[in-house]
Amino acid sequence: MTSNSFRVLPGFRLTLGYTLLYLSLIVLIPLAGVFVKTSTLSWEQFWHIVSAPRALASYRLSFGASFLAALVNVFFGILVAWVLVRYEFFGKKIVDALVDMPFALPTAVAGITLTALYAPNGWLGHLLAPLGVKVAFTQLGVFIALTFIGLPFIVRTVQPVLEDLDPEIEEAAASLGANRWQTFRRVILPLLISPLLTGFSLAFARALGEYGSVVFIAGNMPMKTEITPLLIITKLEQFDYAGATALAMVMLIGSFAILLAVNLLQWRSSRHLAQLAQA
Amino acid sequence: MGETTTFFRAAARRDPRRRATAESAWVRRLLIVGALSFLAVFLFVPLVSVFAEALSKGLGYYLHTFRNPRTLSAIILTFIVAGVSVPLNCVFGVAAAWAIAKFDFRGKNILVTLIDLPFSVSPVIAGLIYVLLFGAPGPFWNWLSDHDLKIIFAMPGIVLATTFVTFPFVARELIPLMQAQGRTEEEAARVLGASGWQTFWRVTLPNIKWGLLYGVILCNARAMGEFGAVSVVSGHISGGAGTLGTITIPLRIEVLYNEYNTTGAFALASLLAFLGLVTLALKTWIERKKTAALHAAEMDLKA
Repeated sequence: MTSNSFRVLPGFRLTLGYTLLYLSLIVLIPLAGVFVKTSTLSWEQFWHIVSAPRALASYRLSFGASFLAALVNVFFGILVAWVLVRYEFFGKKIVDALVDMPFALPTAVAGITLTALYAPNGWLGHLLAPLGVKVAFTQLGVFIALTFIGLPFIVRTVQPVLEDLDPEIEEAAASLGANRWQTFRRVILPLLISPLLTGFSLAFARALGEYGSVVFIAGNMPMKTEITPLLIITKLEQFDYAGATALAMVMLIGSFAILLAVNLLQWRSSRHLAQLAQA
Repeated sequence: MGETTTFFRAAARRDPRRRATAESAWVRRLLIVGALSFLAVFLFVPLVSVFAEALSKGLGYYLHTFRNPRTLSAIILTFIVAGVSVPLNCVFGVAAAWAIAKFDFRGKNILVTLIDLPFSVSPVIAGLIYVLLFGAPGPFWNWLSDHDLKIIFAMPGIVLATTFVTFPFVARELIPLMQAQGRTEEEAARVLGASGWQTFWRVTLPNIKWGLLYGVILCNARAMGEFGAVSVVSGHISGGAGTLGTITIPLRIEVLYNEYNTTGAFALASLLAFLGLVTLALKTWIERKKTAALHAAEMDLKA
């Protein structure tokens, strides 16, 4: 192809060919099926399916709860990453390792566990019940489950950036008279925007498609606590393949749009930082 | 420069007199307490409660769950599925990383993005795409039923869905690692007369073994725990004595839970939670090895 030097190493054609073949067979061709299947619907049919009141209610819940969960994780993600990087305390290494628990714990396990915990007679549910707060089988439950699964993303994107932060910039801020909060707000936080956007988009995209941890705690009432992935499964179980595919199309477009938007924001913020650095 | 910075950074963090770039003691305590309380409610309590619920009817009942033939067939099926999917993605990951890290070609960035694609697709959609392809209305349905082959609502479908959701794990671990290590060592081996395979087995593999193991462990944890994608293609056929069925461990947990056998569901869930903890422990251990290997590579580059 476009290599300008003689290749000493063998296996380029073999490995690239295999990579492209395997990628096409497992990912690209099956995913293209969603687009092919959707194209068999007329525009009216497609619009009728994706704008049905039940579908709209599911988008509101899926996108809304995912957004809020990712936002809460931004706040606590910075806090946890900060504490893990800057402070020493007993059991820090174990805490650090356990942050990845939501990645390692299968979603179905997380689902039944959170449901049992937040049920009215559960460990946490019975503390909240006297306050009139219901979590299990409500939209709040969906939000809790999505917060759980999104937790590691922001910690793990912010942590390395905090670790590599040059102490000199904080010293400079302090010597210019900034207090700690001002230093954090005006100096450190702007440097965290790029990893925060990455972490936010990863957590948001993951929460949007999440199924296992949500179905148990949500109660799955149409119009109220039904997430879009569940609605897709419901349609599949009724052998409504066209309906399921149309909804899948909406979700795919939604998550690709988020990734694209965040990449554009990333690009703008890195350009902004570069301009600042030049000035 | 690197060493002095590390020295000053360590000094800045340890020396309690440096107030200018450190928070006051009570702010520090407040932040630690805040972070730990959040993690306690969202991580520790759920983790502990899995094991507490599993053992709530005693050890006898706990072990009883694992003697059920349906549960046993679910465990066996899960091991078979992971045993196929993980090696498939492992071979792919090594091949993709070799092509991407050792050669220059156009469209490399697009290829890397496409490899990560399955992570941004809902597991439910991952199942759906194979139903569309191999299910009743799909393009292969007539041919498959003529030859009496079943993919959807059978083991091949479960393997495919699992392979899809675990697709990027090994590749995304190896690509940056092999890119950082460069190609000089392999080129030297070739110049000294080693064959391509010898170069791979003797030079590349020892360099990437920790990264590879790391990817495989994460891939395996996800493969054994996948719920949404497998649920769509499974067909939920119970296994039992002599037959395997199409119920994996996570699906079996759902069945037990829906049958109001909460303790049984948590007993089986504790098996996966234990697997998760082992995964985390191995991951933390390998991370240290991996950083050491990467450091060595960086030192070599500088030298």
